[in-house]
Amino acid sequence: MYGKGILKGLGVTFKRFWDTYFDDIVWLFRKGKRYHSPEGIAHRSSKDTRGIFTIQYPEEKLPVPEEFRYTPFLVYEEGENGEKELRCTACGICSKACPPQCIWIVRASDPETGKPLKTPAEFFIDIDVCMNCGMCAEFCPFDAIRMDHDYELSVYNRANNIHNLERLAKPVSYYAEIRPINYGKEMAVKQAKEAAKASKAD
Amino acid sequence: MTIPVSTETLDLAAKFPGIVTPDEREGYSGWIVKADELAAFAASLRDDLGYDFLSSVTGVDYLPEKKLEVVYHVYKTTGGPGLVFKVQLPRKKPEVPSLTPVYPGADFQEREAWDLLGIKFTGHPDLRRILMWEGFEGHPLRKDWKEPFYEEDIKPYSSRWPEGKHSYAEDRNPFNDNVQFPKQFDPEKWVPEGDAALYGALAEYRTTDEDGLDTDHIVVNMGPQHPSTHGVFRAVITLDGEDIVSMKPVMGYLHRNHEKIGERNTYLHNMPYTDRLDYFCSMTNNHGYALAVEKLTGIEVPERTEYIRVIMDELTRIQNHFILIGMLLNDLGAYFTPALYAFEERELILDIFEAVAGSRMMCNYFRFGGVARDVTPEILEKVSALAFDRLPRKADEFDRLLTENEILVSRCKGVGRLSSEDAIKYSMSGPSLRASGVPYDIRKADPYSIYDRFDFDVAVRYNGDTYDRYLIRLDEIRQSLRILQQAIRQIPEGPIQTGKSTYLTKTPAGESYGRIEAPKGELGYYLVSNGTGNPWRYHVRAPSFINITALESMVVGGKIADFVIVFGGIDVVLGEMDR
Repeated sequence: MYGKGILKGLGVTFKRFWDTYFDDIVWLFRKGKRYHSPEGIAHRSSKDTRGIFTIQYPEEKLPVPEEFRYTPFLVYEEGENGEKELRCTACGICSKACPPQCIWIVRASDPETGKPLKTPAEFFIDIDVCMNCGMCAEFCPFDAIRMDHDYELSVYNRANNIHNLERLAKPVSYYAEIRPINYGKEMAVKQAKEAAKASKAD
Repeated sequence: MTIPVSTETLDLAAKFPGIVTPDEREGYSGWIVKADELAAFAASLRDDLGYDFLSSVTGVDYLPEKKLEVVYHVYKTTGGPGLVFKVQLPRKKPEVPSLTPVYPGADFQEREAWDLLGIKFTGHPDLRRILMWEGFEGHPLRKDWKEPFYEEDIKPYSSRWPEGKHSYAEDRNPFNDNVQFPKQFDPEKWVPEGDAALYGALAEYRTTDEDGLDTDHIVVNMGPQHPSTHGVFRAVITLDGEDIVSMKPVMGYLHRNHEKIGERNTYLHNMPYTDRLDYFCSMTNNHGYALAVEKLTGIEVPERTEYIRVIMDELTRIQNHFILIGMLLNDLGAYFTPALYAFEERELILDIFEAVAGSRMMCNYFRFGGVARDVTPEILEKVSALAFDRLPRKADEFDRLLTENEILVSRCKGVGRLSSEDAIKYSMSGPSLRASGVPYDIRKADPYSIYDRFDFDVAVRYNGDTYDRYLIRLDEIRQSLRILQQAIRQIPEGPIQTGKSTYLTKTPAGESYGRIEAPKGELGYYLVSNGTGNPWRYHVRAPSFINITALESMVVGGKIADFVIVFGGIDVVLGEMDR
């Protein structure tokens, strides 16, 4: 019969339409909120989702996985008196590993002797140029540069897209919060190293 | 795991005495052919030895030795390793006979080599620039050509550290900073001569109707801003009524000289740039490049990594084919229903990429001799839920939704036919080649990675029309699911990286050609190393670019309305075509 294929296809689209509202009703009676709730979002982005699939951004937001990377930031340790101790030693490896070469580092030097210090005086990342590849974080030997999860970076002025040291520095606690598994792994490695050092010293 | 460029125990030097000599440079393979005898040599290769598929034509600028080299890679469509041959030319006035009479698939590739390297192919029917604009000065892939805002020959640039001073490139005076214009260039008076050449090439088509009256043709520019062209692609079409009389593609609107950037970069810097070629399939792009570099350096890949790579490749193929089907229906006028159904499955696959690689589309996941990070058991569980449960169901749903649809069938059947002979002739590769009845799939024909371990069939269809190009995508999705299911069952535990992944990779001098079966066709990377940390030559054999060579023969004689679906059925991405 001519038109059978079209009817068959329309059956598929009708099923989708039906599933959307049917699932809404099922959720209403059994499970609770399908929209604006973490369980609802998780269900809608799981393999079992049927019918409607979309997330209503910005009211709803998809949770990002731990490995999600956006722009780089610099990790600092919080000192006892609230001072920021950057992990960065200005070794320059990130700026060399950066494919589009968007990292500019000025190494600090001792004001008296003029010898280079192991800390950056200035640190710029041009976010317009950054290609979010994560190479800087991958090859940083001091766990000092890491990739952020914050993807809402709109600004009114392009000059604001050159992130300076102040804009880049974020505390370790923030890093531990967005990447708990990686943070745990790094801490375990560090503690093992320190333990090995201590046992050597003994 | 590596692809031998030329392992045949074939003594071409004895077969063609005085014409062919073996390439004996350290790290190189293949044969060097005398320029004058090239066409006869190639014809003999094709007809006597069966190397009927011209995979890649490119050039290399050996500035220190003051010569240019044209490199050809040919394969047999019956399978097996390929053959590489080269022609060496002087840097001043390099001329080589065109291979278009023997392999018509060389057409665009020779134009590209002329455009970017300034190698003149004598006898080429239409040797114009293809990626750059006609008024452009110089040939940008020559090693002595410097781009605007040129900093240094190779990265990393010394200005970044330890005294990094940031500046915007445009703050520097653009007109005194390496911007080269042709002599006496005046933007006020400049007429784009490229257009004249383009329309001139079309003007030779003329018809006379039965009454002896000259019929006027209409020239229609489809694109560069046209919703059906999937990006900025322009097709200059001459019409006789509604019938297409001739078609010339114009591309390069998205050209960024990926290859020059690649030659500035270190080997690893290039990895995220390959993501941006075919931005639907960054995993397979990564794979091809990693393969080429691994072949150059001889790094072995751990077992677990090979499985991870295969899983990622096949997921990429599935999502690419879903999107293609969805967008093809969009081109047909079904608007967004099938396209968005396809996007749903793609979203779920991209969720996996995001969790594994950190980014949905720009994965940057592969490293030389490994991958960036391991796949956790939770992610594997997600993959298997898709591979065993959801995706097979959804492939069937697409089948029900579309395959028998009378509108789709009547619009696609018999449209844009390409015979198998023509498909091979024009170097068509990938699903479009297989839809024309040539069962040529690199995963089977010349296996790389661990594809020889999996049990799957090469999908093939025989009519070579757009309907078959649609069907073959569904077939390939199903075959990919078979591979995925086997890979998930077999994946072993173990390390994921040979040695330590470093940001500086040194390679021994030499050349390598790594090619894979990307979702869009044969994706090849040709690398020449001079023993430093940056490639001397980096060439991408882009399937989208080369598959378009056959487009003219597919659309001529058809209707203008069908152009859109024929073009859509080939599956191109402009990021890869224009590079």
